[in-house]
Parts: sequence; structure tokens; C-alpha cells
Amino acid sequence: MPDSNQVYLRIENLTKHFGEFVAVSDLSLEINSGEFICFLGPSGCGKTTLLRAIAGLDPQTAGRINQAGKDISDLPVSERDFGIVFQSYALFPNLTVYQNVAYGLENQRLPRQEIHKRVTDLLELVGLPEQIEKYPAQLSGGQQQRVALSRALATSPGLLLLDEPLSALDARVRSSLRLEIRALHQNLGITTILVTHDQEEALSMADRIVVMDQGRIEQVGTPIEIYSNPASPFVADFIGVMNFIHGEVTSPGLVSIEENTLKCNTENIPEKNNVRVTIRPEDILCHSELIESPNTLEVKVKSLEFLGSFYRLFISGPTGFEELMADLSIKQVHEQNITPESTLNIELPPNRLLIFPEIS
Amino acid sequence: MSGTVSLPANVVPVRIRLSRDDVILRIGLYCLITLLAIAVVFPLYTLLSKSLEDIDGKYVGLQNFREYFETPALFSSITNSLTVAISVALIVLVIAFVYGYALTRTRMPLRWLFRGIALIPILAPSLLAAISLIYWFGNQGVLRSWLGESSIYGPIGIIIGSCFWVFPHALMIIVTALSTADARLYEAAEALRTPKWRIFFTVTLPGAKYGILSAGFIVFTLVITDFGVPKVIGGRYNVLATDVYKQVVGQQNFEMGAVVSLILLLPAVLAFIADRWVQRRQIALLSPHAVPFQPKSHPLRDGILFVFCLIVSIILISMLAMAVYASFVTFWPYNLSLSLKNYNFDVMDGGGWEAYFNSIRMAIYCAVFGSGLIFFGSYLVEKARGVTWLRTILHLGAMLPLAVPGLVLGIAYIFFFNHPENPLGFLYGTMGILVICTIVHFYTVSHLTCLTALKQLDPEFEAVSLSLKSPVWRTFGKVTLPVCLPAFLDVASYLFLNAMTTVSAVVFLYSPETMLASVAVLNMDDAGDIAPAAAMALMIVYTSAVFRVLHALLARFINNRTQVWRTR
Repeated sequence: MPDSNQVYLRIENLTKHFGEFVAVSDLSLEINSGEFICFLGPSGCGKTTLLRAIAGLDPQTAGRINQAGKDISDLPVSERDFGIVFQSYALFPNLTVYQNVAYGLENQRLPRQEIHKRVTDLLELVGLPEQIEKYPAQLSGGQQQRVALSRALATSPGLLLLDEPLSALDARVRSSLRLEIRALHQNLGITTILVTHDQEEALSMADRIVVMDQGRIEQVGTPIEIYSNPASPFVADFIGVMNFIHGEVTSPGLVSIEENTLKCNTENIPEKNNVRVTIRPEDILCHSELIESPNTLEVKVKSLEFLGSFYRLFISGPTGFEELMADLSIKQVHEQNITPESTLNIELPPNRLLIFPEIS
Repeated sequence: MSGTVSLPANVVPVRIRLSRDDVILRIGLYCLITLLAIAVVFPLYTLLSKSLEDIDGKYVGLQNFREYFETPALFSSITNSLTVAISVALIVLVIAFVYGYALTRTRMPLRWLFRGIALIPILAPSLLAAISLIYWFGNQGVLRSWLGESSIYGPIGIIIGSCFWVFPHALMIIVTALSTADARLYEAAEALRTPKWRIFFTVTLPGAKYGILSAGFIVFTLVITDFGVPKVIGGRYNVLATDVYKQVVGQQNFEMGAVVSLILLLPAVLAFIADRWVQRRQIALLSPHAVPFQPKSHPLRDGILFVFCLIVSIILISMLAMAVYASFVTFWPYNLSLSLKNYNFDVMDGGGWEAYFNSIRMAIYCAVFGSGLIFFGSYLVEKARGVTWLRTILHLGAMLPLAVPGLVLGIAYIFFFNHPENPLGFLYGTMGILVICTIVHFYTVSHLTCLTALKQLDPEFEAVSLSLKSPVWRTFGKVTLPVCLPAFLDVASYLFLNAMTTVSAVVFLYSPETMLASVAVLNMDDAGDIAPAAAMALMIVYTSAVFRVLHALLARFINNRTQVWRTR
């Protein structure tokens, strides 16, 4: 965790229009020095637009950006301080790995030996010291992305921007590179922004995640906060898997779902209000026999989906509970001998239920 | 973009300061737009206004057009031109499609050789085909009897001659269209037990449809705007292109020349618009996941197509061969002994050997300056940041020349550059104006070639370079140009070959000091020196062929040097 809480990048009321389309709408955000931040959201949510505005590649329509105490809002790209890595790697195809990494250093007119040392050090750091004289087309996708990363870091920028850097790679390379980027960040302490639509990537890499939708920030928080305490139904649905149950607050602490009643924290939602009660599939408890706990229901198993390390059960209960998912360990499924058509008793622990007012 | 969302009143929109690179690129955009305005738009405007004036320069409205349509001798050229152009388009499309099909979709032997032979006409000015036809079927021609009562001087000659020189243009487009076939479609059709003929009509033909249409428009435009062939072999059969020449050069009636060239401009512009429309639809057809089609052997089909290609090739070669033979014959048809007498250009009217060397000089200037300018222009269109409207204007300016026939461009240049008040008038009659006119005439195809190459570059190269604080010219020189070098050389070669063979635009613009080989061919033919004309036309062919070989060697050398980073 970065210890510095100094604000490195401050975005104030940033707005970006593309003709009639509002890509980013009045967005404000502060990023601390040395933080690893993920912009996470579905495609078209404005996360890449925001990144490109920070870089100056697609300047914002309005709003200010302050980097390291300096207002950079109207600076051209070449006068800003950042390194960038794209999904397409964007390595210069006619230059060798060495020449690609040295490209930015040569612009600084550094002495030859210094450039050589920096390039070899960086390629050492990303584990590619042998590939120095190869051309990008001769490298694998993962290797190319490492070269792109070295090239972006070569000039020691104050800010590293990663635009979906892992999306073009296959799953195995992706997860190893995820760890490497994270370790690199830990090593160098460079303030980093990663744009991704992959929640797993964001949850595993970020210090803080900025969840975006329709050009606005839905929630900013640590991965744990975002996952366990989503601020909106959108975040709840977008991060991880979530069950939604529609009901009405009848009295403080009670929500009625058709003929059943659930005990939960109704927060400040007044009575008679329609709400959505949510619970993660792994928080649903399954029992073979009837137990004396609040929020228990009898349900039928519709189908099972085997997902490697666990089973996902598609279950159907009384009215209002027709479409639920519950994740169970392989062991439990076998011990309780759960098959399609099995009948189960499930428990929805009140402290695991989150409730959101229904948007009319 | 029609509407925009407006910001709340109290919000100040952000304007990014311009970097030095932005300023340089913007200046570049303004310069090129100005150049194209001077070299294309202003001359065309002058042409338009000239058509509305009388001899003394007084505005007379549509008087000249009225006169044109009241003169049947002039008016009939429209029908003649359309007849010839449409006939040639239909004939060439059928032959080029079968020939192209044989080259791309069969395992017929010697496909590489047939492909090479089909490109021969590109090396020659269009006049050569007509001259050769005179030796084959003219009044003293070897095969005069084959034509019976009819004469080669007229529509027959124009059609055959035009078919010869436009054939490679149509073939190249059709071959491209046929080579982009997706093998998966054929596998799917065969898996559904579709008969061969049905696959042809439901998969092959629709796949090549836009290519065929496009080839048709190109051929139509080339023929209707060409004046080499009808000038030499048209006899008394008038077409629009020869009318422009006669009005301007023969009768010095510039106003009527302007009227005829505007009428000539119309079908060319229509064909251009139709072609653009077709091209736009074609893009949607191509899928990046297509699997290349590998034709299977089919002895009967391959055999029939082999015979067909053989016949076409023999005709193509015999056109060239007759010209070669005739150029060495001492005095056709009375003294058939071979000599170099016809190559002794200096004793003949038509500019002599100097014309030949002028042509080479002009072609080199066009290749060197033209390719540089055009590549830079397409770079600005594709890569300059912001200023979308400036880039759009430059792109439209670069597309315009394709719609303007060479003759029209040439006559527009007379009006514009010869105008007493034009400060650029000093260019008139110099090598400079010939180079400018030729570069402009062939600008669009070169521009599109460069654009295609540039579009294949990762659009983020510029973003990365900027983040690495690399000045724009460094990335241009170290990455953009090297990666696009093959396309750059193609453009230089295209400009060289066309500068060697073109007649239509420059025929109005040369002076005694800047006589060109292709114009010399025309003039010598006009003076009745047909054999020397053939000889000069062949000098162009020899030069172009040598140049093609040099270009191929250079391209191979560069490919070998760069293949390390191209191949995986």
C-alpha cells in the first residue's frame, strides 16, 4: 500500500462531448501519489475517454486536470508527463526491441552509454534480456506487451497509463502479466491508472477501483469495499455475481417479498418503499434439513453448473424467489447429494443482505 | 455531426494549446490545400467561366452551350463517345473477368506468365494500340482483307484499340476482387451439396460484383476521356475527346473547347461518383477473418481457360509485336528490309530525341516530387491531430483529380496559367507546368495508395511518440516512412510510368523546348510519319519496361532488408 496520501492527480468537473454524445459528464476524482487505480466499467462507460483526456490525446470539452501541482488542462500531449501502454502494444514494427525501448530516451539526447544501461536494466526488469535485437513480430503477445511497458517506463514518467493492456492476451499470459505489472508497480512506486472492463483484473491489481457507468463515477473504493459494499445496484451487478430480489419495506428491518418476509437492515429507507434486496451466491447457505434461523426458505434445484472449483446452483423458491443462484463447494454438493430436482433449505443471513431503493 | 450538446453557461470550454508539431502539421495542411486549390480548383473554375464567355471575354451566359447543341456535327460526338465507351466497357469486362477468373480461381499452368503479358499495355501510350492496328488492318495492313468492306478507321478501330490499352486496368481491379474470396463460403456451399454452376452464381459472382462494377466505371471513364486512340484511328468518327483537341488546337476556338470539355467532364464525374459509391459498399463485404481460397485442379475447365488466355495473350503480344516490327521496317510496305531509319528522330518533325529525354526528365521529376508531396499529403489527412475539417478539405481536394479527365485539366491549365493577370503565368510553357499537371492528373490513385498503407499502421503510434516526447518528424522519418516504403515506391513508379505514357493533359501545355515523347508520337502520326511514331511509342515502352524491372529489383532489395520485421 502506498503510504503517501498526497494528491498527485486531481480531476475537477471533467466533461467530454462527442457531438451529441456525452462520454464523460462532470466527473471529479483525486488520485494519490503512488496509487494503482483502475477505471472499471462496461464498454462505452467513458473510462477510456477519461484516460485519453488525462493524456491529452482526446482533450476534454470542459473541466480541469491538475497533475503534480500543475494545471495541465490545456497542455498539448507532448508537454505532459506520462507513459502509455495500449491494448495493441503499438510497438514500432521496423525497430528492434532495443530501439523501441530507447526511442524516448533518444529524444532526451542522453549519452549513448546511459541509454544502453537504462534499456538493458528495464528489459532485465521485465525478463526479456535475451530478446534485445529481435523485432516485435518475432515476439509473443505477452513479450510484446512487456516491451511496450519498458518503453513507457524508460523515460521515468510521473504517471503510467495502461489502456486495457491485457485484453489481447490469452488467459494464462494475462494472469502472469497481472502479477508482474503489480510487482513492477510495487517496485517503482509510480502512480498508475489501468483501464479495464475485466473486474477480476481490477479486483486483483488495484489499490482503489473507480467504477464507471454512462460517463459518471458509480463508486470509488478499495476492491474489498467495492465487492462487499457496492454503492449501487449497478456496481453490485457489474462486480461479481449478484442475486436480486424485489420487495417492499413493511417496517424497519423487515422487507416483504410476496407472502414471505426477510429480516435485514433497511437502512434509512422508509416504509412502503419498493426495494431490491441483494445477496451474493456464495453468501447463501444451504441445509439438508429444516433449521431454526431467520430468512430460511424451501427451494428446488433447477440445475447445476460445474465451474471448476465450485458448483453454481440455479434454484427456485416461493414467489419472488424464482430465479436465484447459490455457490456451493464440490464437497458440500457431494455430501448432501444435491442433484437437479433436489429440495433444499436455504438461509439468507440478514447481515449478508444489501438493500437498494427501487428506481422508478 | 449535426447537433452538439451545449455546456452550461458558467462552464468554460477547454482549448488545448498548440504544440510546435501541431503548428507545423497545420501549416503543412494549409500549404497543400493552397497548392491543390491553385492546381485543380482555380483552373477548373477558370474553365467554367470561360465556357460562359465569348471571344472577347464578355459574359454571354449559356450562349456557347446553345450553339454547341445546335451544331449537329458537334452534338453527334456525344452519342459516338457513349457508344464507344459503353461497347469497350462491356467487351473488356467480359474478357477481363474470364481472364481474371482463370488467373485467380484455377490451377491453369503458366498463370504468372499470363499475368505478366496482360500488363504489357500499361507500358505503352494508348496511341500505340491504334498505330499497331493501322499496320494490321489499315489500308496497307497485313490483314486488311479480314475486315471486308468495313474500315478500321472509325468506331471499329477505336473500340479494338481502346480494348487493348484499358484491358490491364480492368483486369487488375477484377483480379483484386476475385482474390479476396473467403474459402469458408465455398466450403459451406459444398457442404450443402450446391452444384458448381450455382456456387458460381451465388458465391463467386456476388463476391466480385463490386469489383466488376468498379472496373466497368474505370474503363468507361478511361475510354471516354482518352484521345490518343480516336485521334490516330478514328478517321471522321468524331468523339468528345477529339473535339476538344480540334476546337482548341485546330480552330483556336477556346470557348467552344471549354464547352466540350465541360460536357466531357459530366460523364467522367458521374462515373466517378458511382465508383465511389460502389467502393464504399465493397468495404463492408470484406471480413478480417476470411480464410484464403485455394483453387483445386479441374483439367477440363483449366484447359478451356488456358486456351482462352492463350488467345488473348497472343492478341496482346501481336499488337505490340507488329509495332516493333513496323518500327524497324525501312519503308512500309514497299521496302520491308529492317533498319533503324525510323529511330532517327532528329531528322523528323516531332521534337527528335530531345522529346524522348524531356519525357524521361519529366517522369523523374514527377516520381520524385510527386510521390513525396502526395505521401506527405496523405500523411496529413490520416495523422494530423484535431482540425478534422482541414483534413477533410485536403482529402476531397485529393479525390477531385480522379473525376477530371486529362484533356479537361490540360485545357483548364491553358486558361488559368496563360491568363495575363496570373502571377504564376511564368510557368506557362515550362517543364514545371507539365510536371504539376501530370502529378495532379494522377494524384488521386497515388493518394489512395498512400492512405491504404498509412491506415495499416497502428493509430496509436502517434500517441506513443507524443508521450515519449518524440517530435513528429522523427517518428515520420524513423517509423512511418520506412514502414510505408513499399507503397511509396509503388506510387513513384506509378507516377513515372504514367508521366512517360500520358498524352491527354500535356498535349495542350508543351512548348517547342519541352516537347515530350508521347506528344511526338501524336505529332509524327499527324504528319503521316507512322513508322517513326511507332518507333517513338516503342521507346516509351522500352523505357517503361526497363523502369519496371528496376523498380521490381529495388522493391525486392528493400523487402529483403525489411522482411526480418515483416515475417513472423
